[in-house]
Amino acid sequence: MRAYDYVIVGNSAGAAGCIEGLRCVDKSGSIAVIAEENRHIYSRALVPYYLDGKIAGEKMYYRPADFYKRAAVDLLEDKAVKLDTALKRVELADGRLVGYGKLLLATGGRPIFPPIPGLDKKNVFSFHSLDDALGIEETLPAAKNAVILGGGVIGLMAAEVLHRKGLQVHVLELADRLLAPVIDETASALVEKTFQEAGVEINTRNTIEKIHGADRVENITLRDGRTIPCDILIVGVGVTPRVELAEGTDIKINRGIVVNRNMQTSAPDVYACGDCASTYNFVTGETHPLPLWPNAYRGGRIAAFNMAGLEREYTWGTSMNAMHFFDLNLINAGLNITGSGGGDWEIIAAVDEQQKTYRKFVLNRDGRIKGFVLAGQIARAGIFLNLMRREIDVRGFRQELLSTSFGYSNLPDDMRWQLLENEVILGVV
Amino acid sequence: MGRVVAKPEVCIGCRLCEIWCSVAHSRSRNIIKTFLYEEKKPFPRVTVEEKLPLTFAIQCRHCAEPDCVAACIGGALFKDPASGRVVHDREKCVGCYSCVLTCPYGSIVVDPKRREVFKCDLCAGLDELYCVSHCPNEALVYVPEE
Repeated sequence: MRAYDYVIVGNSAGAAGCIEGLRCVDKSGSIAVIAEENRHIYSRALVPYYLDGKIAGEKMYYRPADFYKRAAVDLLEDKAVKLDTALKRVELADGRLVGYGKLLLATGGRPIFPPIPGLDKKNVFSFHSLDDALGIEETLPAAKNAVILGGGVIGLMAAEVLHRKGLQVHVLELADRLLAPVIDETASALVEKTFQEAGVEINTRNTIEKIHGADRVENITLRDGRTIPCDILIVGVGVTPRVELAEGTDIKINRGIVVNRNMQTSAPDVYACGDCASTYNFVTGETHPLPLWPNAYRGGRIAAFNMAGLEREYTWGTSMNAMHFFDLNLINAGLNITGSGGGDWEIIAAVDEQQKTYRKFVLNRDGRIKGFVLAGQIARAGIFLNLMRREIDVRGFRQELLSTSFGYSNLPDDMRWQLLENEVILGVV
Repeated sequence: MGRVVAKPEVCIGCRLCEIWCSVAHSRSRNIIKTFLYEEKKPFPRVTVEEKLPLTFAIQCRHCAEPDCVAACIGGALFKDPASGRVVHDREKCVGCYSCVLTCPYGSIVVDPKRREVFKCDLCAGLDELYCVSHCPNEALVYVPEE
């Protein structure tokens, strides 16, 4: 049995974060990556950009071709099928055993396919992997009508791309509005308007009733009774954490693989990050899946420091998205509070439906930002995320949050210079 | 590699750092040609914040643990281990704006028309730091890494 100081299961953002973190602090420890997709490390988040023709295939790669070599990583291209936390080893599909000193589970998520008969047909795809992208690409030339199941981030990105490719696109969303878990009603309306203006059919409170066709989907009967033609069906209703390696072990699972702030699971020497994990959300204080790129990379990096013996915490993860649909840019982070607030929440908001701009900040009783949405004007959005992370009381300048030129100059002097303490030189006059 | 640091108390808000940053990242590197003749006007990568009488310039801090690098979905942002610079590879960038979402200083500059972003590259390949050398009141200084 070959044993490594560090073994990483998975080959995406979390793995890259871990490898790069490890090599900052441990130049010589042996590292193996177990990768079930027989491909160089690529970015799933680039699937829509690839299909849109914005990038060529080789630009899907998330790191240069010599990434593993330069980091002295052994790449084991096989599927991990069993984990033994007592003997500290991972079994691969071909029977090989891989021993570990420290293990990172970065197995990602699996696209959810709702229990609708017919989703196994040939022209049905998720929007998750390079294989999906290649399959969709192959199906496109003969396709005229596309149906997208799911009006969330993934479904809407797919809808835009296929619309650009010249297809007639129908989006089916079960909820009464788009992106409901992510943004509020006002922002949803801006997104819906954007899609409708572009000529994409948005069908809310609707879903697939029945799929027609032999080995390929040909028509779909909707819940509202209509039957629409379909040459390609994209299922984009979300991902579920891939926890199967941890099942049947002593590792605690709660939707995802539960980790503490050090990214450590309940089993000794086993860590987890990314879409497979349930991680700490600094806004809610709860631990749950946060399947987002920055959280995966950063979680892997924090895990690496702890795996190498340096204690570090990841306490800055929360829900956050940078999105764009046609000409509309959106950024959100933290809590998604709908309606006009009330109760524990104070809402600071301004909308211009003509200009398609919207800014909304959710403040708690202590004046701390707990969530925000920016649409249209998204410049310098990270300042708000920083104010959220630093738990800054914004009540003294709350109305200025709505200014599109908001910056550190809007903060009171003492607060600003404390936040920029190491970034400016004061006391020169 | 260090970074450029502002002295807000002596900043007069003239925005010449923005102007010269544009020049530094123009084709001609000539101030007249840059603004009169170049088709694609380069965006300044330094931002002058202003709430009078306060003004100060801020640009990429080249963070030790950069949030933008963690957020970048395309591998277009990385921290160069040799120089310490946070580098943006425009060829790899798809304009997803994840870096805009995460940069705590608001120092990833957006060109919404072209869906492009820009950031301070510490005048890589040039023989001077344009914002520092053209600041008329020495309100911007280069501080090497400690």
